[in-house]
Amino acid sequence: MSQYKVDADARYAKSHEWARKEGDIVVVGISDYAQDTLSDVVYVELPAVGSEVVAGKQAAVVESVKAAEDVISPVSGKVVETNSQLADTPEIVNGDPYGSWFYKVEPGANIDAELAALMDADAYATFAAESAH
Amino acid sequence: MAKAEQQPLKTPLYDSHVEMGGRMVEFAGYLLPVQYPTGPTLEHAAVRNAAGLFDIDHMGQFELTGPDADLFLQYIQVWDIDQMRVLDAHYSLLLYSDGTVVDDIFLYRLPERWFIAVNASNRAKDFAWLEANALGFDVTLRDISDETCMLALQGPSAETILQRLTPADLSVIAARTAVETTLDGVPALFGRTGYTGEDGFELYFPAANAVDVWNAILVAGKDDGLLACGLAARDSLRFEACLPLYGHEIDATTYALEARMNWTIAWNKEFVGRDALLKMKLEGAPRLLVGFEMVEKAVAREHYHVASAGVEAGYVTSGMKSPTLDKFLGMAYVPAALSKIGTEIEILVRGQPKKAVIVKRPFYKPRYK
Repeated sequence: MSQYKVDADARYAKSHEWARKEGDIVVVGISDYAQDTLSDVVYVELPAVGSEVVAGKQAAVVESVKAAEDVISPVSGKVVETNSQLADTPEIVNGDPYGSWFYKVEPGANIDAELAALMDADAYATFAAESAH
Repeated sequence: MAKAEQQPLKTPLYDSHVEMGGRMVEFAGYLLPVQYPTGPTLEHAAVRNAAGLFDIDHMGQFELTGPDADLFLQYIQVWDIDQMRVLDAHYSLLLYSDGTVVDDIFLYRLPERWFIAVNASNRAKDFAWLEANALGFDVTLRDISDETCMLALQGPSAETILQRLTPADLSVIAARTAVETTLDGVPALFGRTGYTGEDGFELYFPAANAVDVWNAILVAGKDDGLLACGLAARDSLRFEACLPLYGHEIDATTYALEARMNWTIAWNKEFVGRDALLKMKLEGAPRLLVGFEMVEKAVAREHYHVASAGVEAGYVTSGMKSPTLDKFLGMAYVPAALSKIGTEIEILVRGQPKKAVIVKRPFYKPRYK
């Protein structure tokens, strides 16, 4: 049993980002563990729409009362939309980490392999619980 | 400095914090809650709007007595204690002879003795500094930190809450004065002091009563929006009020005048560091501590570089998104020429220059009684 919420439809990176396939696009955000560890989020720096993000590379920055943390993109692709709500109310990440997505990408050709390399919700729940110790 | 190798210490309230879900971190050699499950933003707001209770027992307390106590204290710190009546409290600084800062302290003139509150991280250093300078003075200095518990109850509802636990009439206790009374039946010293920019009290009582008193205050304030608050809220509160924090705005490499601490200094007496400061006062400090607001949104964090027209021009001492003002603010040391309000500077945020502008300090005007 995990103390952290997970979204069953998403897949997870060891660096605590999630990626969720929604039709032809992939939505990216940070996990409940990530928001809890960061504490209150005060600012999110998002990639530009139209820019390319690369799996395993920094794509965004999340700033909390505690620290600035890089958001590592779990997937590669072209950014088609960023969550404009995060500009004025970044704190929604704390309340609803799986609803408060960061950006959406039009994935590249390797998307199936990239998603397969991520953890499923059950594996991640265990991983997050262990990371807490 | 030896502390780093030691196991972190615990205050008597350690178990209480853990029970309450406090996120424990090491700070100044002690394990203390950086926040409770409520989170720093709500804890901060509680102090601005209602009240917050802080375990600040890591801080040190000294007692100074003896026939030369006044003479010695007048010499070793910057404030003019002749202006202090019995039960007055005042903020002050201990300086090195070059005008840099040993520590910032709170002085309480009590009947027949002085009570001095110092920063946790500087406790051993301060004690040694005071002892070393006391040669030739007939004084006795005692470190009473371990036997004394220190809590802070801060915020506009602090008086109402505390009044339920004490026979003393708190409505007549002015800001920067103290009263010796009881707190939930325990002998205690209350200072109408604090470091949050709000009205409130700092409470000193026997460490053996720490848990009972902590719980009694939380119960007394439960219907008034009182929250237990961690180190993060304490930092953001003092930051908004532009109160310096040792190790950030002031330390052994910063001069009291460049830190804008002129208001603490009584020039009409001799004190350690006066000659060096007077020289700086006449010549002007080459750099000054300023407040700035980010024009381009970003969190300016401690140690980030400041630039002006692409040239490096100082460093950030503290910075954050102000919870009360909802702005990205910071404090920095910059060359005096750049210190004027309205001056445009840049903060290098992860290598990227972000526009900022010098603004008036404090960011939040303290609301003392």
